[in-house]
This record gives sequence, structure tokens and C-alpha cells, in this order.
Amino acid sequence: MPNSADHRAAILGSIRRSLGVSTPASAIAAEYAAIPRTYLQSSNLDKHGVSELFADRLREYDAGVYHASRLSLSGVIAEILTARGKTGLAIPAGVPADWLPQGFAFEVADSYDAYQLDKKQGVLSGCTVAIAETGSIVLQNAAAQGPRTLSLVPDYHLCVVFEEQMVATVPEAFERIEATSALPTTFISGPSATADIEMTRIKGVHGPRFLDVVLVAD
Amino acid sequence: MSEVHAEVTQWNRRDFPTAAREVLQNSQTRKNVKHATNVIQAKRNAVVAELPDWEDLREAGAQVKAHTLHHLDHYLMQFEDNCTRAGGNVHWASDAAEANRIILRLVQQHQAKEVIKIKTMTSEEVGLNAHLEANGVRPIETDLAELIVQLGKDRPSHFVAPALHMNRHQVREMFQREMELPDLGDRPEDLATAARSYLREKFLRVKVAISGGNFLIADSGGICITESEGNGRMCLTLPDVLISIVGIEKVIPSYRDLDIFLQTLPRSATGERMNPYNSTWCGVHPGDGPKEFHVVLLDNGRSPILADKEARQTLQCIRCAACLNSCPVYHQTGGHAYESVYAGPIGAILTPQLHSMEEGRSLPYASSLCGACYEVCPVKINIPEVLIHLRGKVVREDQGTFAGKFSLWNIGMQTAAFLFQDADRLAMAERFGQIGQKPLVSKDGFIEWLPLMLDGWTQSRDLKAMPAQSFRDWWAKERAPHSDNSHDDGKGSDA
Amino acid sequence: MLVSLFITCYNDALFPETGKSVVNVLERLGHRIEFRPEQTCCGQMHWNTGYLREAVPIIRHFVRVYRDAETVVVPSSSCVAMMRDHYVKAAEMDGDTGLAAEIETLLPRVYEFSEFLVRKLGVEDVGASYPLKVTYHASCHSMRSLHLGDIPIRLLRNVRGLELQPIQNMQECCGFGGTFSIKNADVSSAMLADKVRNVLETGAEVCTAVDNSCLMHLYGSLHRQGTSVRTAHLAEILAATDGARA
Repeated sequence: MPNSADHRAAILGSIRRSLGVSTPASAIAAEYAAIPRTYLQSSNLDKHGVSELFADRLREYDAGVYHASRLSLSGVIAEILTARGKTGLAIPAGVPADWLPQGFAFEVADSYDAYQLDKKQGVLSGCTVAIAETGSIVLQNAAAQGPRTLSLVPDYHLCVVFEEQMVATVPEAFERIEATSALPTTFISGPSATADIEMTRIKGVHGPRFLDVVLVAD
Repeated sequence: MSEVHAEVTQWNRRDFPTAAREVLQNSQTRKNVKHATNVIQAKRNAVVAELPDWEDLREAGAQVKAHTLHHLDHYLMQFEDNCTRAGGNVHWASDAAEANRIILRLVQQHQAKEVIKIKTMTSEEVGLNAHLEANGVRPIETDLAELIVQLGKDRPSHFVAPALHMNRHQVREMFQREMELPDLGDRPEDLATAARSYLREKFLRVKVAISGGNFLIADSGGICITESEGNGRMCLTLPDVLISIVGIEKVIPSYRDLDIFLQTLPRSATGERMNPYNSTWCGVHPGDGPKEFHVVLLDNGRSPILADKEARQTLQCIRCAACLNSCPVYHQTGGHAYESVYAGPIGAILTPQLHSMEEGRSLPYASSLCGACYEVCPVKINIPEVLIHLRGKVVREDQGTFAGKFSLWNIGMQTAAFLFQDADRLAMAERFGQIGQKPLVSKDGFIEWLPLMLDGWTQSRDLKAMPAQSFRDWWAKERAPHSDNSHDDGKGSDA
Repeated sequence: MLVSLFITCYNDALFPETGKSVVNVLERLGHRIEFRPEQTCCGQMHWNTGYLREAVPIIRHFVRVYRDAETVVVPSSSCVAMMRDHYVKAAEMDGDTGLAAEIETLLPRVYEFSEFLVRKLGVEDVGASYPLKVTYHASCHSMRSLHLGDIPIRLLRNVRGLELQPIQNMQECCGFGGTFSIKNADVSSAMLADKVRNVLETGAEVCTAVDNSCLMHLYGSLHRQGTSVRTAHLAEILAATDGARA
């Protein structure tokens, strides 16, 4: 029975035979760099416009949208949790203490397994970057964001997004995260949904069914 | 370890006209397909209209893909290097049998009797589920649509919305039966909730997951998976072991290139600015996701396609299914008529090529060449051009056989070609037609029946009889100066 | 201008009235028409069906006939699409670089009829009169290969008395597709049924297009179903004057 190395050689050999020409790596890199990219890299929106657009998109997804300043953030979080009937949330390591209001139970849950996370009322996290045009929040395995399961298993996700983390376009977002692309990364654009039954969009299949976002500006 | 080889689901049993005829009689399916494709198309058109740089994105996407294919070996090796360095294991499978063998071996190494799966047409292509089942492993589909297809013991008909051919009532009946939920409501929400509970237990418990991959990223050694329901995120992060089976054509040079495809794919596939969840990762990451990660790079007929300069663009496909949604033929038949995992316009060009033109030979003809697919393709695959190119291959191959050479079609086309090369011959043929049609022409000047394969027309359509005088005869008689033999007959010497 | 009319093989045999209408309109606008009797066919049927090699001599013949023409006008968008989309490729496939070069110099002088009027002559009102309810079917090649856009509509809007009825799914294929209508007759008929239903829903008396291939297909069903709706090529509508009905 041929082993993996044989299949590898067979596939690469077939590719090379099919292409007929072999190009040195430096020429390939030059060819790649020369691909014209005339698509829009950024937008004309100012900071305020970006934030407004982002909030609009979130509302379209039926995500809860809240505003706060750095000073009022923990108070706003307290209000949101009360409104949602939550007494506490799981949090990733690295969430700053000044986000957390008194009177609620927050536990660092980075190392929890799926069953433990399943029992939590929800999760509070930050993000790496947010994309206004698509209403997307990008999380990576980093401080205040945690491992991917943390923002996946609990049914409720409360996410803090700072104004300076918001960009208008997808290309701008990739500019920000390219350097850390090795980290596990999740793009979240609204609560989970399916359109598989008669193309009717149903929200909340797996993944958190409830999403609240706090937009923080000074 | 001995292995049972399952009989892979036999697609490609019937040619397209035969399969289509049967499907066309199922009005429920046709209604479901039309409704679904109309909805997605309208959404797609709306979100595409929002982007002033849509054509620039298409062009860039096409060029990135074409460039990658042109250097596919280089980028695959780069991916392998970087993925391995990040703790992943890269396997190479020349064909379906090898892919199945590798995956089964990995599953058995972990003594897993069940695996959870994210929707991947690549696994359908190789018949993975049947192979696992034949060897005592139960694959559990976790995409709602794939779950529907699996529980219904059906076949997918659209690669973004595989259960598009069913409506909610049909789904409810099936869920009631298979999930033992006699009181299940029939609102889509009820069905989704039923699926959520049914699957949650499996997400938390099952240790091995199998996925496909939307993009392999060469410079980071990473993978990108796009989805809507969250089952992908569950399968990618909760189990101990993740196995991704991905076609070799899915590689892109750089993480940065996702800034094109994550704009064009969601808008084309589901008519959204961004689909709910995208996940990217490289290899294994301690404390986040599976401890063991495997990629199975699948060839299965792809690499030879690279040799065909005209048809190579077929491999640029990012599986958005916009071509299916826009295709007026698909609108009528849905996916099953294509008798293949890949249906619609892309299926019509990809399936025959994956089989080196030995299967699916009727598929390149399953098109009126209207061009709607090319218009919407986010990576600018000129599908009509490839369809004609493949028709050329079919014709040439058929002409090499006795039956093909002397078939009615070939004789007819050769005769027509002979006539079309010379105006006098053509004019004479017109006269024969004007005379010869007389027995077929009814009192009101229409032909209601034509012989042989031409009856395909008259089954549902009349044909107005040829006028008694052709245009060229009219011109010669009424408008040409004096003698009608003074013209050059077109056989003059070339300049 | 001296305009050379390429009637197309199927118009020649089946729709001579369309050719007469083109002559009529262009002469009315003050141009001279010539008709080169050596003309035959553009090669589309063979090329699209996969008889690629067989199409080459037909293409070569076309180029030979028209190589010195000042302007060529064609009342068929699918034929012009064949030329623009495939002629050069066909020559290259045949290894005939001379033919390819000739095609490149000829193509800019070849026009579909409605695009000739609007884009070349700059005319949108040809003085036509056609007081009927008319609906327009946008044939695939006219839209997606020739990018005619709303040129035919603009011409129709200037026809006196004509009531233009909008049609649903104007851009969806009628299902003809040349040999597709035979090879996949069932699907073709299903596509046609949808298109005919859209036509009937407009309440129009006449359905028009820039391609008689689509119109032949549509009429085949309109007549079979016993409706009174007729089809007429755009040229025939534009040729009609002072209430004369084509």
C-alpha cells in the first residue's frame, strides 16, 4: 500500500506536469506582489460615522447596542446584566478590573471545559477589532478575549468594543490583525442563524443566541 | 488494520436530460427550488449593489486565484511547512480511497465510534460517511441542512443550502420521525430549536470532528472556515481531534487575501454583508481548541485540470453557489438532476473534469449558455466559455468512435457545416427545405411535428413554416442590379 | 454610409421580413445598403454545440466575405456575440494568426442593428409608428455579451403610439439556447413556460426582442397555447410607419 509520501509525490508531480513550467520562488513572490488591488481599502467615514454605522449594523442583527464612556462602563454593564436577569458572567483572563461592576459574580473561565461553560449564564469579553460595514466583532486568543470556547458555549455574550478598535472596512480590519494571524481568530457578525428552512432566517441555532455590545468612547 | 470498502453513493447514474425529465415532474421540489433561489438572489443583488468596488473585488479575487493555481505546488508546500510548524499534521490523498483510508485510520486511532461533522461537500465527494459507517463509525452531521439531508437519507442538492429542495413541512415530518418529537411545531424556529437540543449533547461529548475548509492559507499555514449556525465553531473548538479534508485548489497565498474573499463570499453565497461566523486558526494552540489537528489535502482529479489552460479557471471556485442561484436551468431542475455532488453551472464543468470526461458527459450541455453564472461569479470563472470548451472535448472524443462518427447529430452537423461554407449550397438547401417541409405544414402555416430528435422541439412548441422566399432570393429578385450571376461566389483567392 | 447587411442564416430562411425591415429603416435614415450574396452563417451553432473545428471554415468564410466592408450590420445579437466572444479564439485554436489579425480589424466594423442605430448613428427616434401594446424580452447575448443595456427600450419609447409594458424577470433566459432546445427539450420547455407566462401577464399584444431565435422560441409556445400574442423583431417595429402594422 502506497504511503503518504508516495501520495504527496504523486500529487506534486501531477501538478508540476500539468503546469509544465516551474517558476522560482522569488519570481512567484514578485508576480503575487504585482496583482493590482483596486478595491477600496478604507472609507471616508470619520470616527463618529464609523461608530454609528457599526451600531446600525448591530441593531439590524438584533444585537443589543449600548454606549458608555470609560468611566461609566462598569455602570452600564451593571445595567445590562440587571436587564438581562444575570447575576454573574464568565470572563477571560485579562479583563480589566475597572470594567467589572460590584454586586455581580465574575469568574475567570479560560480553563473551563465545555460542560462547565455550558452552565454559565454568559460571557463578558473585549475584542481585537470591530468592522462597521459588516457589523463584525473579531476576537482572538488574547487578553480579555480568551480561548474560543469561552465566547461560544455560553448562551449570552456581552462584548466591549472601544472606539479606537472600530474600523470601517474589511481590508482595514485585516491590516490590524495580519500580524497576529497565527492566533485562533473568530469573526462574529450577529447571533448565529440559519436560513436552511425555506430561506427563512432563524436566529440562534448553536453559538450564543443573545449578544449585547457596549460601544465605549470618551 | 483491515478495512471495509463501502460502495460509494452511486451518482452519475443517468444523463442530465433523463434526470431532469423526472425532476421536472415533481412540482413541490420545483416550487421549493424557485422560492429559495429567488430569495437568495434578491438578497445577493441588494448587498452587491452596496459595494461600489464590487467589480474590483471580483477582478482581484480572480487574479489571486489564477496566480495561486499557476503555482499550486509552491503554495501547497508552503502551506504544509507552515501548518506543520504550527503543530498541524498534513496528509496528502491522491484520490477518494486514500482520503477515506487516512481519515478512518485517524478516527480508529482514537477509538472513536462517533464523529461530528461540519458540512463539507468534499466529504460527500469522496463518500466519507458511507466509508465510516461501513467500518463501524457513526458520522453525525451538525449543519441543519446536512442533518436534514442525513436524517432524510437524501442527497444534497445545493452546496450552500443542501436541503433547499425541501420545505418546512417536509422537514418537520422528518424531524418528528427521526428525533422522536411527535409534538414538534412546523415554524422554522421550532425546527431550529429541535436541532439545537439534539446536537448540543453531541457537541459537548464527541471527541473527534471532521470538517472541510473554505481557504487554506499558505503564508500562515492556517485555515479559514465560514459558517452561519455555530456548529462549525463547536466542531472546531470542543473536540480533542479535528480532521479537515480540503481540496488542493482551496489554498490562497496570504492571510491578507481574505480581505477580498470575506467580502465576496458571504455576499455571493447567502446575500449577507458577512456570514455570522468565520474561524481561522493555525495548527494547534495550547488551551484553545483541539490538541491534535490534521489536514487531508485532496487531489481526486483536480491536478490534471491544471493542464487545460482553457478550463483551469474551473478550479478558482470558492463554492459560493451564486451560479446555481442565478442559473435558469437550475431554477427549473434543482440540484439532483445533475447527479453529482456539485450541481448547477460549476457542477456542469467541474464534475466531468474531475472524472477526466469519463462521467458527466451530458453535463456541459445542461446549459443554454445564457451567461448569468459568469455575471455573478465572484472569481470571474467564464463558465460559458468552459462549457463550450468541454463540449468540444465531448464532440471530438465521440467523433473518434464508430457510433459517434455515424450518429445522427454528427452527420447532421457535418452536413450543415458543409452547407454553411458556400452560399450556393446554402441557398439550395433552403430551397429543399421550402419544398420538403410541405407535407409537415398544417393549413394555418405551422409545423406541429418534426421527425427524429427534432421532435424535442415540437413536443411543446409549434414551428412557423419556412417562408416561400428567403431574404437572399428576395434581394436577388428585387434589389440586386440586373444579372444575378455577376457576383463573386466567395471562393476567390485569399488576399 | 454604405452598410453591408449580414442577414444571418436563420433570418435568411425563416425571418426575411426582419431583413427587409432593417433595409427599410436604414434607407429611411439616408444610408445605402448592400447585400453580399456570398454570405452564409456566423458559425455559432457549430461552435456552441462543441463542433469547434467545424466552425472554423465557416468563420473564415465570413471574414473573407466582409473583410473589406465599410460597416456590417446584423439583426441578431447572438451572432455578433459569437464574433466578439469567440472568433479570435477560434482562429488561434486553428493556429491561423493571419485570420486572427483579420478578425481583429473587422470586428470594430460589425454592429448589432439596435446598437448601430444608437451607438454608431446616435439615433433613438427612427420615425416609427406602431400603436400596440408591446413588451420587450432582453435576450441573453444582447445583455451579457453586447451590454446593450436599455438601447432597445430607448428605441421603443420613441415609437409613436407604442405602449411599452414592463415584464417580470426580463433578463431571465427564454430557454432556447440553440441546440439546447432539442438536446434538453424538457428543461427548455419549462424555462419557456415561465417566460411565456411572464409575457402573457403583461397584457401585451406583441412581444419583441433583438433576436428572432428567442422570438421563434416564444412564438412556438404562444401559438401552441392558442394565444393571440404575436412576436415581432425590433427592426420590424421600427420599420412600421404611420400606423402600418408589420
